[in-house]
Amino acid sequence: MSDLELITLFVFNIVVYSIPLLYGTCGEIITEKSGSLNLGVEGTMAVGAIIGYIAGCRSNSFLVAILVSFLAASLVGALFAFFTVTLQANQNVTGLTITTLGVALYFFIGKGLSGMGKWPVLSSSDKMVKGFKNIEIPGLSSIKFVGKAFFTHNILVYAGVVMAIVLWIYIEKTSMGLKLRAIGENPAAADSLGVNVNLYKYIHIMLGSGIMGIGGLYMGLNMSGSFEGSNCWINGYGWIAIALVIFANWSTLRAIGGTFVFGFFNTLIYYNGPLANQFPHALGWLTKIPSQFYSALPFIITLIVLILSSVRKNSSSGEPAAKGINYYREDR
Amino acid sequence: MKRFVSLLLSLVMIMAVGFCFGACSSDSDETESAGEGGASSDFTVGAIYINSQNDTAGYTYAHHKGITTAMQDLGLDVDSQLKIVDNIPEDYDQVMSAIDQLAGQGCDIIFGISFGYLDAFNDAAAEYPDIVFSHATGYLSNDSNFNNYFGRIYQARYLAGIAAGYKSVEIGNNNIGYVSAWGTEYAETCSGINAFALGVQSVNPDAVVHVKQISTWGDEALERQAAEVLVDTYGCGVIAQHCDSAQPQIVAAEKGVFGCGYNSDMAEQAPDAHLTAPVWNWNVYYQYAIETAMNNDAADFVSIVGNYYGGLAEGMVDISPLTANVPEAAAKAIETARTMMANDQWDVFSGVKLQFFEDGEVLDVEAALVTNDGTEIIAAGGQPIDDSVIQGSMNYYVAGVVAES
Repeated sequence: MSDLELITLFVFNIVVYSIPLLYGTCGEIITEKSGSLNLGVEGTMAVGAIIGYIAGCRSNSFLVAILVSFLAASLVGALFAFFTVTLQANQNVTGLTITTLGVALYFFIGKGLSGMGKWPVLSSSDKMVKGFKNIEIPGLSSIKFVGKAFFTHNILVYAGVVMAIVLWIYIEKTSMGLKLRAIGENPAAADSLGVNVNLYKYIHIMLGSGIMGIGGLYMGLNMSGSFEGSNCWINGYGWIAIALVIFANWSTLRAIGGTFVFGFFNTLIYYNGPLANQFPHALGWLTKIPSQFYSALPFIITLIVLILSSVRKNSSSGEPAAKGINYYREDR
Repeated sequence: MKRFVSLLLSLVMIMAVGFCFGACSSDSDETESAGEGGASSDFTVGAIYINSQNDTAGYTYAHHKGITTAMQDLGLDVDSQLKIVDNIPEDYDQVMSAIDQLAGQGCDIIFGISFGYLDAFNDAAAEYPDIVFSHATGYLSNDSNFNNYFGRIYQARYLAGIAAGYKSVEIGNNNIGYVSAWGTEYAETCSGINAFALGVQSVNPDAVVHVKQISTWGDEALERQAAEVLVDTYGCGVIAQHCDSAQPQIVAAEKGVFGCGYNSDMAEQAPDAHLTAPVWNWNVYYQYAIETAMNNDAADFVSIVGNYYGGLAEGMVDISPLTANVPEAAAKAIETARTMMANDQWDVFSGVKLQFFEDGEVLDVEAALVTNDGTEIIAAGGQPIDDSVIQGSMNYYVAGVVAES
């Protein structure tokens, strides 16, 4: 294998394993921009993944899979919104509950179906297989290195990047986005200007959760829809997504780069050996590091990011000031 | 408004609690009624599982299936005569209290399936001399009512290696991948890798087995990524595995290469890729143990059963049926090797190597067993290695195995 081939493969895999995080992170950013801290990303992604996958296989339609995973996850978001916006429950506790509930629901449905022998196999649905297949973008995919690494991916990869850009424009450049940010900074002020705070919160929590759900579907399909009951498809990505929100400084554009950094370290767990073999002089040291360290790296990076971001807290921070605090109109 | 909110919340809570109680009590009703309708024999089997008895695949599932199959074959009623405590981690106090619970329910024999249960089982055997304690994968025992049991899965891995070896010759690719939970840290994984590699080499002496270790007993995502790297960057044409999920086989199918699963016939998940999988028949031991315990005093159990280490001969381990992906000559070669091991004429780790030819014919040659750093373990023509090494202290790879980081 040539040097370039190996690097291409390495970058290709970074993209494959970072995009699900982009969905989770962007979903959480839009949720937090509305002033709500939803710690239930893991559970929300799990519900979107399994329900979307099953619906897609049963109806033999990739579009149905995406829509249903969005809807199912946004219903989970609606539950979160009902508790925290309407009932004013503590957001942290509710978020953790959503994670427990979502992951449990995932196993309940999965184990139930496979116990009855009714688990849908991915290959039984040709449209699902076709829908998730890698698509070569005409023209771009034939470029050396870049083509294979960036422009030969499944449709959810391209859609994820487009979604992140669209969300950034929405949040930063539109009047609705401005109102959303206002709610996240100071809901009382937004309320006094006639913005329907609760409606905005509901809409954006549900939208954010729905986006997380599609990320979950991506992860399920990337595992070829194989359910064996020992691990959840999401496998902790929901938690990394929450950390990435801080890493990305609440910007969906920066989230694209942030997820790449995490994808890089995640892929390095398996590529340190091949890279060291290929470039013994430059990268030979990679294999001297114990493999456990590579597995821990994404989490070590998360810690460092959290420390850095709390040290340089200043006006350029995109953190919504009212994040995590329930807005109760009659308290004013 | 606040009052309304708190009222609503408490209502939700009460409903939730009520629902839980309702669910729980209906559950226990079921077990009790099943208990009353029990079979005539009052022999009771106890089992402590590391995961849930409702699992649909994996380690606990395999044991649960083994126990229930054995009981049904012995005419025992699973609903009333099997008591299970599941989801017990490898923690002394929790295992002890699970044992106390099963002893209180009148169990006559208690099985523990996870390695870390061993100390609790050792102590409990002294505390309850009338109960038989049988512990999987451990090394402790006494001379009356406490033994351990495991199987020679390495023999089945050798057979799977033969199939993989023939495939590698057919496709002209000497790189073979192996996704392993652990490497040389555990004799169980280490001996499995070595046996598989020796099986491969018996057909294709030039083959290299690349081992990717995931450093956990089960993580589907890591298993997938490891298999992907083995195919993509090491160019492997066959992927074997010592991990729970079928992800390595699914990856093999997606990438158009072949593979040997583990634990169950993974042809179901990857029909176009799968060759054969080493499988366990735990029911072979469970039937033997339960039958012995039923007909004898607990104190005599160990003198009859001993520490159990069954292999191909007993049917404790085997390989799943060869698929159409396996080259024809492999069937004959595997049958030859199986017969030799089942009849105790030859074993994997010894100073004699088998060499299979294109037509499946065999030649046995005296050759030293050498590690991949050149250390000689057994001289050419030497006696088979001791079982205690295979079960407990093997910590090297044989020549032809490369541990990839």
